[in-house]
Amino acid sequence: MWAYLVRRFVQALFILFIITMLCFILTRLSSDPMSQYGESAHMTVADREAIRVRLGLDQPMPVQYVKWLGLALHGDLGASFFSHQPVLKMIGQRLPLTLILMSVAEVVIITVSLFLGLIAAIKQYSLTDNLITSFSFIGFSMPIFFIAFGCIQIFAVQFKSWGLPYLPTGADIWNPKDPIALARHLVLPVFSLVAIQTAGYSRYLRASILEVLGLDYVRTARAKGLNYRTVLFRHALRNAILPFVTIIGLDIPFLLGGALVTESVFAWPGMGRLFWEYAQRGDYPVVLGVLLITSSAVVFFTIIVDLIYTVVDPRIRLS
Amino acid sequence: MTTNSTNPEPTALVPDLLAVEAKQPLTPNQLVWRRFRKHRMALLGGMGVILLLLFIIVGSIIFPESLANNTDLGGRLVGPSVKHWFGTDSVGRDVFYRIIYGGQISLFIGFLAVFLEVSLGTVIGGVAAYYGGWVDAILMRITEAMLAIPSLFLLIVLAKFIGRSVGLVTILGRSFSGSIGIVILVIGITSWMYLARIVRASVLSLKEYDYISASKALGASDSRIFFSHLIPNTLGPIIVATTLGLAGAILTEAYVSFLGLGVQQPTSTWGNMMQQAQSFITRGAWWMWVFPSGFIVLTILCINLLGDGLRDAFDPRSSRNI
Repeated sequence: MWAYLVRRFVQALFILFIITMLCFILTRLSSDPMSQYGESAHMTVADREAIRVRLGLDQPMPVQYVKWLGLALHGDLGASFFSHQPVLKMIGQRLPLTLILMSVAEVVIITVSLFLGLIAAIKQYSLTDNLITSFSFIGFSMPIFFIAFGCIQIFAVQFKSWGLPYLPTGADIWNPKDPIALARHLVLPVFSLVAIQTAGYSRYLRASILEVLGLDYVRTARAKGLNYRTVLFRHALRNAILPFVTIIGLDIPFLLGGALVTESVFAWPGMGRLFWEYAQRGDYPVVLGVLLITSSAVVFFTIIVDLIYTVVDPRIRLS
Repeated sequence: MTTNSTNPEPTALVPDLLAVEAKQPLTPNQLVWRRFRKHRMALLGGMGVILLLLFIIVGSIIFPESLANNTDLGGRLVGPSVKHWFGTDSVGRDVFYRIIYGGQISLFIGFLAVFLEVSLGTVIGGVAAYYGGWVDAILMRITEAMLAIPSLFLLIVLAKFIGRSVGLVTILGRSFSGSIGIVILVIGITSWMYLARIVRASVLSLKEYDYISASKALGASDSRIFFSHLIPNTLGPIIVATTLGLAGAILTEAYVSFLGLGVQQPTSTWGNMMQQAQSFITRGAWWMWVFPSGFIVLTILCINLLGDGLRDAFDPRSSRNI
C-alpha cells in the first residue's frame, strides 16, 4: 500500500514536471509579453530594452524556465506583467467565485442526473425513459452556448420586454459580496452547466444501473422475497454508482479551471475568465500559474480518486 | 489453417457456389454491417449527415459565395423574411448564405482535424505499445501530461502560439482566412490522447498473438507488421473514435471561434457567427444565433447517433438483433 502510494506520487511529480515544461514552452512561444506596450510613441528603444531586462526576458529560455520553476517550487508564481499583482493573489481572488459557481452547479448536476438516471433505468423503454434518453442525447450533442444564449433570450430579453421580473445576463455591474446579487447571477450559468453535464451523466448512470439490475445477485435478492425498493436502493444502486463516483471524481479537478465558455458568456469573474483575459495579453506568469494549479489538481485528484475507490469498493486492492 | 477446419464444407468440394455462400459463416465485416443496419437511430443519423452535406454542397453550387459576404448596411439586423430566410446580421449579410458557407468551413475543419487526430493517435499509441520499454514510458507520460491540462486552455495557448500572423490564403480561386489551417492543427494536436490510449491497449494485446510472431519470423519489417497487421485489426475502435472525434472537432471549432481565437472574419464558420451574435442577443436579434447553433446541434447530434450505432455494431459482445 505505502509502496504503491510512493510510486504513484513519484509518477505524479514526473508528470507535473512534463506539464510545467510543456506549458512553459507553449506559453512563452505563444506571445510576446512586450506587445502589451504597443507602439507607444513615448517609449524609446532603450526603455523597451530596460523593461525586457527588468522582466528577465533578455535571458535565454532555459534559464527563464529554471528560474520560474525554482520560484514556483517555493510557492512564488511571480507577478503579472500587466497588473503587477502577485499571481497567487490574483488566483486567490478569482478562485472563490469559480468554486461557488462550480460547487452549486455540481451539486445540482449530481442530484438531477441521479434522479433522471434512476427513473430512466427502472422504467426502461417506457415513454419517460424514451423522453429522458432522447433529451440527454440532444443535450450531450449541444454546445453550451446554445443553452446559454437560449436562457438569456428567454429569461433576460423576453421577460424584460414582457415586463416580468427578469434575470441578469452578467453584462451589468454587480458586487459579488452581495448574496442576493450573487444568487441572481448564479441562476442562468448554473442552469446552463446543469443542462449540458446532466445529459452525459444520466446516460451513463442509466446504463450502469441497468447492467447491475441484470446481475444474478439482484435476482437472488428478489427471489429471497426482498421488496423491489430495498433491492434497488440497498443492493443495486450501491454497485451501480461506483463507476459514477470515479467519473465525477475525475471531472471535479477540471472544475477548478472554471468553465471557460460559460464564464465568458455570462461574464462570470472566475478562473476561466482570468486565464482568458491574461492569455490574450501574453501575460505568461498568470497563464502559467492557472495552468499549473489546475493541472496539479487534476494529477493529484487522480490518485485520491483511486484511494477513495478502494474504500468504496473493498474488492479492489492496490498493488 | 484453422479456418478450414471450422468450415464444415470447404468451397472447392461443392459445385453449387450460391448454396455454399448461404451456409458459410458471416465474416466479421458482414456481422458489423448487419448489426449496424438494425440500429434505426444510427441509420437516421447517417441520413442526417448525408442531408447536411448535400445542403452545404448543393447550396454552394446554387448560391455564389459573394452572396454570403455581401454587406448591406441599409438592411442590418433584419429578421427572417422572404428575402432573407434566416435574417441578416449586424452588417447586413444574409445569415442563410453564411450558414451554407460557414458550414463548409466548419465541416472541412472537422474532417481534417479528425484526420490529424487519428493519424497522431494511431501512430503514438501504436508505437508506444509496439516498442514498449522507455519509448512507451515517455510517450505515455506525455499523453498523461496533455490529458491533465484542461483542453480548452491548451487550445487557447496553442492557438495564440501559431496564430500570431496569418493572412488570407487563396485556394481554387477562393480566398480563406489562413486561421483555418491553424484551427485544424490546434484541434488535431490537442485531441489525439484518448485515441492513442485505445490504440495502445489494443496493440498491446494483439502483438502477443502468434501471427505477429510468424510475420516477424518471416522477416517482415516493423512498419509492415505495424501497418498491415496491427492497425487493420484495431480498425473497429479507430472508426468509432473517428466518428465521435468528428463531432468533438466540430464542437471544439465552434468553441474556439466563439472565443474569438478561431477562424477570423470575413470567412464565416458556425462558431464565429455565434461570437458575432453574442453582442446582439440583448437587442433581440435571435436569428443570428438560433440558426448557426441549431445547425451545430443538428450536425453533432447526427454524427453522435451514427457513432453510437457504429460502436454497438463493432462491439462483438453486442449480439442483439442479428
